[in-house]
Amino acid sequence: MTEGLIVSSYIPLFAILCPATAAILILLSGKRPNVRESWTIIASILQFSLIASMIPTILDEKVVECLIFRQTMFKGIAFGFKVDAFGLIFALTASFLWILVSFYSIGYMRSLREHAQTRYYFCFAIAIFGAIGVAMSANLLTMYIFFEILTVSTYPLVIHDQSKEALSAGHKYFAYLLTAGVFLLFAIMMTYYLTGTTDFTGGGIKALAELGPAYKWTLIILFFCFLLGFMKAAWMPFHSWLPTAMIAPTPVSALLHAVAVVKAGVFGIVRIVCYIYGVDLMTSLGLGIALACIAGFTMIVANLFAIAQDNLKRRLAYSTINQLSYIILGAALLTQDGIRGAMMHIPFHGFMKITLFLCAGAIMVATGKKNISEMAGIGKTMPVTMLAFTITTFGMCGIPPVVGFISKWYLCMGSYEAFLQISPVMITFLFVLLIASLLDVVYFFPIIHTAFFKTPEGEAEEVEVKEAPLFMLIPLSITAIFSVVFLLDYILGLNIISMYIYELVRVAIGNVNPEWAMP
Amino acid sequence: MLSVVDHFPVLIIAISLLSAFTILIAGWRNKKSCWFISFATILVQLVMAVLILNHVLSVGTIHYWLGGWAPPWGIEYVIDAFNAYVLVIVLFICLLTAIYAKRSMEREQPRKIVTFYVVFQLLVTGLCGIIVTGDLFNLYVFLEIASLAAYALIAVAGGRALKASYNYVIMGSIGACFYLLGVGFLYAVTGSLNMADLSHLLPPLYGNKVVQAAFVFFVVGLSIKMALFPLHIWQPDAYAYAPSAVTVIIAAAMSKVSIYAFIRVLFSVFTTEFIQIYVPIDTAISWIAAIAIIVGSVIAIMQTNLKRMLAYSSVSQVGYIVLGVGLFSTHWGLTGALIHILNHAITKGCLFMVAGAIIYRAGLWNIRDFEGLSKKMPYTCAAFTLAALSMIGVPPTVGFITKLCLLLASLEAVEYAFVVVILASTLLNLVYFWRVIERMYFVKEERENKIKKDEAPVSMVIPALILGSLCVIVGLLWLAGAATPLLPIVKQAVNTLLETGVGAAP
Repeated sequence: MTEGLIVSSYIPLFAILCPATAAILILLSGKRPNVRESWTIIASILQFSLIASMIPTILDEKVVECLIFRQTMFKGIAFGFKVDAFGLIFALTASFLWILVSFYSIGYMRSLREHAQTRYYFCFAIAIFGAIGVAMSANLLTMYIFFEILTVSTYPLVIHDQSKEALSAGHKYFAYLLTAGVFLLFAIMMTYYLTGTTDFTGGGIKALAELGPAYKWTLIILFFCFLLGFMKAAWMPFHSWLPTAMIAPTPVSALLHAVAVVKAGVFGIVRIVCYIYGVDLMTSLGLGIALACIAGFTMIVANLFAIAQDNLKRRLAYSTINQLSYIILGAALLTQDGIRGAMMHIPFHGFMKITLFLCAGAIMVATGKKNISEMAGIGKTMPVTMLAFTITTFGMCGIPPVVGFISKWYLCMGSYEAFLQISPVMITFLFVLLIASLLDVVYFFPIIHTAFFKTPEGEAEEVEVKEAPLFMLIPLSITAIFSVVFLLDYILGLNIISMYIYELVRVAIGNVNPEWAMP
Repeated sequence: MLSVVDHFPVLIIAISLLSAFTILIAGWRNKKSCWFISFATILVQLVMAVLILNHVLSVGTIHYWLGGWAPPWGIEYVIDAFNAYVLVIVLFICLLTAIYAKRSMEREQPRKIVTFYVVFQLLVTGLCGIIVTGDLFNLYVFLEIASLAAYALIAVAGGRALKASYNYVIMGSIGACFYLLGVGFLYAVTGSLNMADLSHLLPPLYGNKVVQAAFVFFVVGLSIKMALFPLHIWQPDAYAYAPSAVTVIIAAAMSKVSIYAFIRVLFSVFTTEFIQIYVPIDTAISWIAAIAIIVGSVIAIMQTNLKRMLAYSSVSQVGYIVLGVGLFSTHWGLTGALIHILNHAITKGCLFMVAGAIIYRAGLWNIRDFEGLSKKMPYTCAAFTLAALSMIGVPPTVGFITKLCLLLASLEAVEYAFVVVILASTLLNLVYFWRVIERMYFVKEERENKIKKDEAPVSMVIPALILGSLCVIVGLLWLAGAATPLLPIVKQAVNTLLETGVGAAP
């Protein structure tokens, strides 16, 4: 991040102020629901446009910087934002999906006549504030601040139901994520103590790499503290907060527990691997293999757990755990294609998984069904929803023409590269990837089978089409279409919008290692 | 050239003391004037304090010779960055407490209004006196003024408060005796009571057992006053049973002043050299503080009474400050301690104000009964939430800043045990504060009926909200570092304390 030109601009600040301002306005207009929801929508659209306006600058291989405090109380740590290609990918994904989920939320919350909607929209906006802040942070300390805001603001969303069960889920949520925060804080201060800086630097912080062999174990322990700190990435065995958090309203599970919160976790891990430790240091400490083992273990075991779930949202949650570890694995491979696959999987999995969750929510609103075993024949009553579901399911399993194929392709390439460059052991992860994809098929296809090919018992052949409200149907169709368009764009070279993502990933890869910058 | 500000140190005490008697006389004729006189006095004092702070930063340490007698024979008031900083904090809290006390006392003790404000003003006088004086014995006098006033104020509530106050009298007097013994010992050896003078006279005598004993007396005596674990036993009852406004001022302002005296004696009368070599107390007090942090939090978790819970939380928070003092060798430690003096004053002040407001409006003190309180008293609960988040240390609140400083200090001192303690206390704080927030906001009320909004009086809610929002604003100001005046003040104070002692002669 140091090389290349730095452009000073207030755009990141304005972008981050959108949800913060919206949150205040939402509180103020709590009594008028239509005004309240329009704040959310205005803020989300404005935020996305502001973030998107940075794309040309970033593609120019520049970095947009907006430091609020050039020097905080700690010498060498600034407080502010520095948007690079990788951060922009995450910010774009989160802010674009926020627009769609805002519409979806309106349909969902009003159809179910949920209580405390003002609190819901308020916390949602604050959570996005946190997530975008994480994406654009210039250094670890800034990131930590937004990270904690994200944790605390999602708590009221998780326990929205306010039942006993929800409250105990909330306790679990906090017990995991704030404990993680403690580890993260320690790791950050330790990094600062060791190096005097916490800036994200492409290729890693130099001072950290120069500490020498005496610090080998310090660095290894520090890395695991970071990893514990990013429990939001739901790697096993610290994953169980995520399925528990599924008790939240579906839009929350969709945007926060499939995109914003968990992606903030993997985003953090990629930041640590590529921008704090750096690929070379990771390799020499042997941390790549350790991380890959954790990720590989999670991928397989999470899928086995997923098979056993009957509740659709819980099954999706385990699928999320699995997919997040794809990203972690990609970073852990420490190769060009591995990291590229990891970075691509962040937006792609975001689009696909959000579709699945939105479908689950639509089914819940239209039919009240939560369990897969009850969903026999639902493909006929809700054709559009289930079509979107099926398409993205293909993507989850890595089957073309859905975009999950590309990222998985790169991940496989990455593991082969690692086999050649790092160690022959790494070939194992190629098989792990393939087995995990196969297991994806094992638990996703039965859902499709149940939905389309089973007929509910004791019901007539004639079924009426009964879809969820359009507010919900349109967003989920859009994300499903995008999941396909991204791939077609890439393969056919159509160069529509999504080309930006590939370009951004290319620039981000260049930041990590200048030698990889070649297209 | 003497400017007007040079006279402020004595004026701040004088007008306060005069005002106390004025309140007594005015109260005879008109009960309602008491509050106003007290409020106006503290406002004037606060303005003076701010001017003093400004003067100290721009011109330098203020020395005021009482009656024109030159030290070490006369009493000298010395104000450097540290005093001025604490003075502003304390008077700010006193001002907000005065605003808060108006309605609170009218409800709680309508018949004792006059005496309350007289004693309240005496307490303020005592607190200011402790801060401005540069004389050890004079400090004792003010310490006793403040303590006696505090004993009386706690006892105002009657009932169980009498016992609490009595406990406090016993413990407080022992503390004061210890302090006085320390002063006596030093006087016997050096023949001086002036802090600056003592710091010059003492170094050759550091090996002297009497000097060392005096030091230990100071530390123990002041530890009782500031309720450092395990000498805190008077504190929970005193906080829990005192009238709401009194709890606020004792917990937020008075405890800070005791800590101020502790730090002052440690670093301005004695020196870092003495603490490190002759009576190596830094490790000991760090460990005591670490135990205080954990034990205070654990006991707080067991409480069901909100005010008692907050009281034990104070035990733990005093631990933070003392831990910082114990880690002074790293600079960040003492900086963290000084930063936390402000942070804790804001946060705890807010929390106790909220506790009082809840008792005032809803009559509730048991945390279990707080269900649905956020609908009844939304602003009060909002203030509580801000302060509670700060206690937990969620960024960017003030609690987070303290945590960062102390973490860094522990890392620099290579004391990983303290790192663990600081981090663990975050989680412990989370447990007992989140429990309250959960009750207020999220637990479904069993009686399913419409709860009407019924907020506490504005004069009680506004101070709480001011402090609550300061938890975040000040947090950001700290974070901004040198861009705002806050951190430079603390840096200057720390440098003075660690390097030159009480400012050189004028």
